[in-house]
Amino acid sequence: MDMLAGKVKKTSLNVDSTMNPIDVLERPIRLTARDVTVHYGAKQALHGISIDIPDRAVTAFIGPSGCGKSTFLRCINRMNDTIEGAKVGGTIKLDGEDIYAPALDVVELRARIGMVFQKPNPFPKSIYDNVAYGPRIHGLARNKADLDEIVVSSLRKAGLFEEVKDRLQEPGTGLSGGQQQRLCIARAIAVGPEVILMDEPCSALDPIATAVIEELIDELRENYTIVIVTHSMQQAARVSQRTAFFHLGNLIEQGPTEDIFTNPVNKQTQDYIMGRIG
Amino acid sequence: MAIDIQTSPEKASSDRTALIRAGLRRRHLNEQIFRGLGIAAIVIALGFVALLFVDVFRKGIPAFVQSNLHLSVTFDEAVIGSDPVPVRGDFVSDAEYTAANLKWQRDLAMLNWNKIVEASLRKAAPEGFEIDSKQIQTIPETNARHQIREMFVANPSLLGQTVDVDVLASANAANWIKGNIDRSLGDGQQQLSPPARQLIDTFVDNGTISNGFAWTIFTNVDSRAAPASAGLLGAFVGTLWMMLIVVLLAVPIGVAAAIYLEEFAPKSRITDLIEVNINNLAAVPSIVFGLLGAAVFINWFHLPISAPIVGGLVLTLMTLPTIIIATRGALMGVSPSLRQAALGMGASKTQMVFHHVLPTTFPSILTATILGVAHALGETAPLLLIGMKAFVASVPATPFDQAAALPVQIYLWQGNENRNFFEPRTAAAIMVLLAVMILLNGVAIYLRSRLEKRA
Repeated sequence: MDMLAGKVKKTSLNVDSTMNPIDVLERPIRLTARDVTVHYGAKQALHGISIDIPDRAVTAFIGPSGCGKSTFLRCINRMNDTIEGAKVGGTIKLDGEDIYAPALDVVELRARIGMVFQKPNPFPKSIYDNVAYGPRIHGLARNKADLDEIVVSSLRKAGLFEEVKDRLQEPGTGLSGGQQQRLCIARAIAVGPEVILMDEPCSALDPIATAVIEELIDELRENYTIVIVTHSMQQAARVSQRTAFFHLGNLIEQGPTEDIFTNPVNKQTQDYIMGRIG
Repeated sequence: MAIDIQTSPEKASSDRTALIRAGLRRRHLNEQIFRGLGIAAIVIALGFVALLFVDVFRKGIPAFVQSNLHLSVTFDEAVIGSDPVPVRGDFVSDAEYTAANLKWQRDLAMLNWNKIVEASLRKAAPEGFEIDSKQIQTIPETNARHQIREMFVANPSLLGQTVDVDVLASANAANWIKGNIDRSLGDGQQQLSPPARQLIDTFVDNGTISNGFAWTIFTNVDSRAAPASAGLLGAFVGTLWMMLIVVLLAVPIGVAAAIYLEEFAPKSRITDLIEVNINNLAAVPSIVFGLLGAAVFINWFHLPISAPIVGGLVLTLMTLPTIIIATRGALMGVSPSLRQAALGMGASKTQMVFHHVLPTTFPSILTATILGVAHALGETAPLLLIGMKAFVASVPATPFDQAAALPVQIYLWQGNENRNFFEPRTAAAIMVLLAVMILLNGVAIYLRSRLEKRA
C-alpha cells in the first residue's frame, strides 16, 4: 500500500486532529453529517440526519427495512447522484471538506470512499482484473509490477489471496458468494480508500461466509474507517464500535455500540433491540 | 359445495381435498388444451415454412444444372479472312498502333461468326440431317458467337485451326431438354421448330449436349439477349456493397445513438419524443424510405440513380431504428449492480459504459445488428424507387456504379417473358438469397454463443 502514499491520502497520518473533534471513542472524527435530508421525487426518505463517524472504527447503521439507513450510506459516497429524481440536502464533510461542494469531483470522492454492496457484484472479468480495475482507472500503478503488488496485497488484506492465488486469471464470477464478497472488498481496498461503506455485505451469504467477512471487517478497522449497514443486530453488536439506530427516515439514537445494546435511551431503540419492531 | 365448519376437522379436510380434486381435472384439461393449441400453432407455422422451402427447392434445384454444347469449332479462313493482327513494331506511334488494332477488332466484330457456330453444329449433326440455318441457330445460346469471337481476339493464331469449345445451349433448348415445356404440345405452341427439337434430342443421345453444374449463375451478370447465361454476380456484388454501407453506417450510428439515449441523455420531454419517433420509424413501411431516398439522396445530393451507395443509405435509414431499439433493450437489461460496482469504484459514466456495460451487452448488440442487416439484405421495395430495378449487366466496381441487387434480381427474373426458363432460375436466385441470409443468421448465432461462453 505504501506505493500509494502521496497519490491517495492515507488514513491516519493525514488526519489533522486539531480540525477534527475527538469522538467519545477517543478517535478523531472523519465524517460529519449535519441535517442531511433526501427526497426521492415528492417523497422524503431522510429527515435531517446528523452524525459523526470516527476514524478507524466500525460504525453500524441498524433499523427496520425502509428506515433510510442504506439511503444515508449512499449519500456518503454520492451514489444517490445516480438515482433519477433523488435530491440530497444538508452537509456531509470528509475531513472538514464538503463532499457536495460543486468543486469536488465525485470520481475522486469515490476513490477515497469505497463501497461494498449488498449482493456481491464482481465484474464479469478475471479475479486479477477485478482488483486491478480501480488502480488502473485511477492511474495508481506506474507499471505492471506495481499493479501486481497492489492486487496481491489487496487480496491478502481481504483474506482471499491464499484461496485464489492459483487462479487469478479465472473469472471472479466463478467464486462462491462469500469469496465474491471478499473479492469486492479487495477491489475496494485496491484503490486505497480512507472510508469503506458496506451495504448489508452479508445479507446474501451463508453463516460461515458471514463469519469470515465479519472477522475481516474487524481486521480492516485497524486501517480503514468503516460504515456498515446491517439488518442483523447481532452482527452490529459483534463488529461495530458505534451504532446508529434509524427509524422511518430519522436517526433515533447513536452512541457506543455497548451502550446502544445494553442501555438504550430511546423507547423505539429499546423496542427494536428487543425485537418488538422491525 | 361449501365446507361446513361445524363438522369435524377430519370431515372438513376431506371435503376440501374433494373440492381441490374436482377443480384439478378442469385445470389439467385447460393446460392440455393450451399445450395442444401451442403445438398446433407451431406445426402450422413450420408447415408453411416447409412448404415454402420445398416449393423453392423443387423448382430451383434444376436451375443449377445447365446444358452445354460440346462443339468442335473451326476458325475458318473463308469466314474470318486473313488480315494479320497488327503488331506494335510495324507502327511509328502508339496512336497509330491503337487505331489499327481497333480497326482490326471492329472488322472482326462485323464478321458473321454465326456461320462458324452453324458449321460446327452441322459437323456434330448426323450426316444429311435436314435443318435450315435459322432453325439450327436456335439451339446454341446467342452469346456463343461472342464467345468464339473473343477466343479469336485473344488468340489470333487460332486461324484455320479446329478446337473443342463448350457453349451454352439456348434457354429454349434447355427447356426442351429438362422438360420445362410440355413435349406433347403442338408445333404451334412449341418455341423450337420440329427439326431443331429432333436435333437436340440427337445431340443429347450422341453426347454433344450434356448437363453440368450451372456455374454461370455465380460467374455471370444478368442477360436478356442470352437468357441461358444470365447470372447473379452483378446483383450479388451490388448487394454486398449495400451491406457494407449499412454495416459501416448503421451499426456505429445506431449503437452510439442507443448508448447516448440510454446512458447519458437526461430524461426529458425531448428524449421521450425522440424515443417515440424512433419506435415509429421502425414501423414505417420500407417503400416510404425508398421515396425518401429518391427525394433526398438522388434529387438533392445528386447521387447516381441505381447505385448501391443510394441503396445502402436508404437501407441504413431503414435499419437504424431496429438497431437503436435492440441496443437500448440490451443496455436496459444490464443489471444495476454491475453499474453500481463500476460507479462505486470511482469509474466515470463513460468508463462504466465502455468498460462494463458494453462488453456484457456486446453479444446481444451483435446479434441484433446482424439480424437487422439480414433484414435489410432482403428488402426490395425501397430499391425499386431509387432505380435499382433497371437492367444492369455489369459488376459494380464501386458503390457509385449502377448495379442490381439480389432481391430486385429475383423480382426482375420473376417478370421475365420466358417463364419456362426463368421460373426455375428465379427459385435458384431465391435459394442464393436464402443461403446468404441463413449464413448471416448462423454467424450471429455462432458469435453470440462464443461470446457468451467467454463472458
